[in-house]
Amino acid sequence: MAYQMNFTPVMALAPQLVEGALNTLILSGQAIVAGLAIGVVGAVSRTEGPRWLDRAVGVYVELFRNTPLLVQLFLIFFGLPYVGVRLSANMAAIIAIALNLGAYSTEILRAGLQAIPRTQIEAGLALGLSRLQVVRYVVIIPALQIIYPALTGQLTLTLLGSSIASAISATELTAAGARIESTTFRSLETFLCVAVIYIAMTFAFRFVYWRIGMWLFRRKAPPKPSLIADAIEVSRAGA
Amino acid sequence: MPALHISEIKKYFGALLVLDGVSLDIEPSEVVAVIGRSGSGKSTMLRCINGLEKIQAGLIEVAGHRIGPQGGDLRSLRKEVGMVFQSYNLFPHLTVMENVTLAPKVVKGVDRKEAEAIAHDVLRRVGLAEKSGAYADELSGGQQQRVAIARSLAMQPKVMLFDEVTSALDPELTGEVLKTMEELADAGMTMVLVTHEMGFARQVADRTVFMHKGKVWEQGPSEELFANPQTPELRNFIAPSLK
Repeated sequence: MAYQMNFTPVMALAPQLVEGALNTLILSGQAIVAGLAIGVVGAVSRTEGPRWLDRAVGVYVELFRNTPLLVQLFLIFFGLPYVGVRLSANMAAIIAIALNLGAYSTEILRAGLQAIPRTQIEAGLALGLSRLQVVRYVVIIPALQIIYPALTGQLTLTLLGSSIASAISATELTAAGARIESTTFRSLETFLCVAVIYIAMTFAFRFVYWRIGMWLFRRKAPPKPSLIADAIEVSRAGA
Repeated sequence: MPALHISEIKKYFGALLVLDGVSLDIEPSEVVAVIGRSGSGKSTMLRCINGLEKIQAGLIEVAGHRIGPQGGDLRSLRKEVGMVFQSYNLFPHLTVMENVTLAPKVVKGVDRKEAEAIAHDVLRRVGLAEKSGAYADELSGGQQQRVAIARSLAMQPKVMLFDEVTSALDPELTGEVLKTMEELADAGMTMVLVTHEMGFARQVADRTVFMHKGKVWEQGPSEELFANPQTPELRNFIAPSLK
């Protein structure tokens, strides 16, 4: 083991890593917002909508949960141009990741909505609320609270999963790392730096989720994320 | 004109007929107790009145709003009909104040200040004005049930329905809820209460309805009904409580 670590060549290209990290944040941020919006609409459609809508959303969910994200990305980026839809690599990545997250979060949110006792819903209806008002004012917060750890775990996976966008040469962090590696040949140092930046970002995101949880569930706040618990979860998510 | 008009309603759960042509007229300010065995249809009837259960035949009318087998204007009717449940069903993520002001704000569009004024008023009526900042799990069962009553009252309903509201309570907490209900009755609220509290029915209700096999089996002024039951079914049913 005579290998001498040398970060100097990698550090010389640090601005590329910073730019890649920023792009990862922008990419996954947009995908998370869009994916959660799909998830909320999907979950409410499945629980409150007519049967045909439930089925249609079900088909979408099954398609996206039973195919690899990478294949979904290829279909959108390389496949859609054949039917006249040409997207930039970043846009294709956002759409693929958002649709993937939308499918998973539909099911997570649906589990939360269905965990709320019928009696809560009846109490809301008996007060004269419409079904959608019951969902909004009575059901959604306790439902979110139940599935919050599962949901934020999924969001962490989404942030890390954005690295597959490097496969279509989107300009995110993993792609930046690959580029640096190919010019410096310092594979170990480069990807160690990349990994550290991912860890820093997931910790930052988890802190944000925790603050949001504190605000949403003033009544019973979620436990503060611990570094060790996070490290375990991140390593699991990366595996 | 009755405050609540129920005409020949039928309700099936699958093939099982649970309400077999029930008719009932309840006058303004009248307090009616509904008694009967488990499975006699009394809770189902109450749930039909505000449309939590669909009826397959007949008609229900409150303050000009009708529901029938085809449904009806449920939300308008529910604004006039308050309902209190056995399991309280307070919303756990909201404070007492938020529980009480939710429906006036969302359903009636009352502004926050006015909704809170209404809430203070109804919470005072149930004796819990000082608990407005508390959450459900910080209250006893009896207090939760009184908040649930206040929450219904905040919508200023014309009729209040009570579905075995003391059945989940420890005996020592039953009294405070019954007292709240008695005060409501004294204040002239039109009330229908499904209850196992025979003493309360006899003492507070103007009229008692005995349901059996999905039908109104026997009814009359409470004192008379309990003192002089006409059918053997009612006699059997109330015998244990007269000992």
